[in-house]
Amino acid sequence: MNTPRATRRALLVGSLLLLAGAAQAETSTQDAIAEYREMFGDDNPAELWQSRGEALWHTARGPKQANLTACDLGLGPGVIEGAYAQLPRWFDDTQQVQDLETRLVSCVTTLQGIPREEFLKVKFGDGEKKSELEALTAYVVAASRGKPIALPMQHPAEQAAYALGKAAFSYRAGPHDFACATCHGDAGKRIRLQELPQLTTAAGAREAYTHWPAYRISQGELRTMEWRLQDCFRQQRLPQLKFGSEVAIGLTMFLAKNAEGGTLAAPGIKR
Amino acid sequence: MISLRLPGVLAASLLAVSLPLYAAETAPDAAAAMQRSFEAKKQAGMDRLQQDEVQTLCTRYTTATLPAEAASRIQQASLATVKPPSDGQYLGDYKAGEKIAQTGTGLQSSDDPAKPNGGNCYACHQLASSELAYGTLGPSLQHYGKLRGQSPEMLALAWRKLYNAQADVPCSNMPRFGHQKILTEQQLKDVMAFLFDPASPVNQ
Ligand code: HEC
Ligand code: HEC
Repeated sequence: MNTPRATRRALLVGSLLLLAGAAQAETSTQDAIAEYREMFGDDNPAELWQSRGEALWHTARGPKQANLTACDLGLGPGVIEGAYAQLPRWFDDTQQVQDLETRLVSCVTTLQGIPREEFLKVKFGDGEKKSELEALTAYVVAASRGKPIALPMQHPAEQAAYALGKAAFSYRAGPHDFACATCHGDAGKRIRLQELPQLTTAAGAREAYTHWPAYRISQGELRTMEWRLQDCFRQQRLPQLKFGSEVAIGLTMFLAKNAEGGTLAAPGIKR
Repeated sequence: MISLRLPGVLAASLLAVSLPLYAAETAPDAAAAMQRSFEAKKQAGMDRLQQDEVQTLCTRYTTATLPAEAASRIQQASLATVKPPSDGQYLGDYKAGEKIAQTGTGLQSSDDPAKPNGGNCYACHQLASSELAYGTLGPSLQHYGKLRGQSPEMLALAWRKLYNAQADVPCSNMPRFGHQKILTEQQLKDVMAFLFDPASPVNQ
């Protein structure tokens, strides 16, 4: 049968909402994803975010009525292929180490003139409330599929970001004394039935990092690494991690560097 | 209590020691960077980023790498925090305890502060044989009371573990349920009953 792609996607999202309810129950990560594949094959609903991002990238918008094709993600203006595989990195123009999300904010504000607060009004999408940031992220990330993670890591600020990420990973605090390392520091552990990747090893970090950002079946949303980090901090009982903060960038750098050499397969699919 | 706090810079540079690639490079002050990177949200205030002495040391070391002298200081200081039950009774209602062991919410910014906190024991431990969705960050506690008995020493030891796990295992990954006021005295007793009551599903 030759169903048009758009219809197939719409069907897919409808049935996923049903599955989302079921996935809230305790199933292991492997089970939920296997179940999903059985129903939908290799179709990844993240494609919906990718195409929305692609359209956003090419549309003239904002006070400057510009599109984003001059956005420099590290490999030169407009180059998106392979760009995600080298992030986070230092940018001379902003004098900052940036991850993909914060770099996209820089491009949107400088090239299109859209105020940061306006663009970031919906950082993390929720049903009808769609996030432009997530769509653009998905679009750029998909252009690095199959590329090995290779960070420049030459600039002292990049090395400092890594060191801070490493320190933040072990930082025990809050009423439960949790650190990232409490849950992700050892091999073969799980919380309830959720397998916990050991993020301090190349194997564990690759397994996790190469599939993020990811479409989350249980939420019916595409989620970015910034989302993943702030949600783990929530579980850690800490206050709200600020978007693009030093610790957010540092931890992303730490995970990306640990995952170096891994082949990107994002956006992935997660429980 | 003895103050074991060291300057943050020292803490951060010690953390960087095990880092092979950039060992020579000065790590930024992690505690200060944490303060700059968060904002208070509902019940999760900024004070939660401040480390006490146990958290400071256990950021730098694990149970395995902790120097002996620091280990005994943590143990002594933690032991001093443990309050035995006010009426001397260790065991409450195992059914209430089971619910506490099953509940994972409490103290997150997303949780309702009006609801009682959970203990989330199943996140880390196997307990009742019938519950298959258990985590493995801690040892299995299946048949705990049946295997360990109910001697006064055993009850006191388990109470101490729940109240402040650092008293016996410095830099334990188990939360300090009593000391950090995650669970109330009554909740601790109920969880104790879940571990020890012969009728509890843990001991079937
Ligand atoms: C209390 C335990 C806990 C703590 C503490 C914790 N996490 Fe997680 N983390 C989890 C669980 C559980 C999952 C899997 C979630 C799921 O499948 O829904 C996860 C998933 C992840 C993932 C995605 C892994 C993958 O393969 O999809 C990353 C990356 C991650 N955590 C990073 C961190 C970082 C960085 C920290 C510290 C800021 C942290 N976590 C703290 C429990 C924790
Ligand atoms: C974040 C994970 C975690 C949670 C949550 C947790 N524990 Fe633990 N628990 C551990 C670890 C790790 C150990 C081993 C180190 C130690 O003894 O402190 C442990 C040890 C224990 C022991 C001692 C085991 C023995 O051999 O005597 C008992 C009893 C125990 N936990 C009970 C509980 C109960 C009851 C709860 C829920 C109120 C709970 N734990 C919640 C991680 C956890």
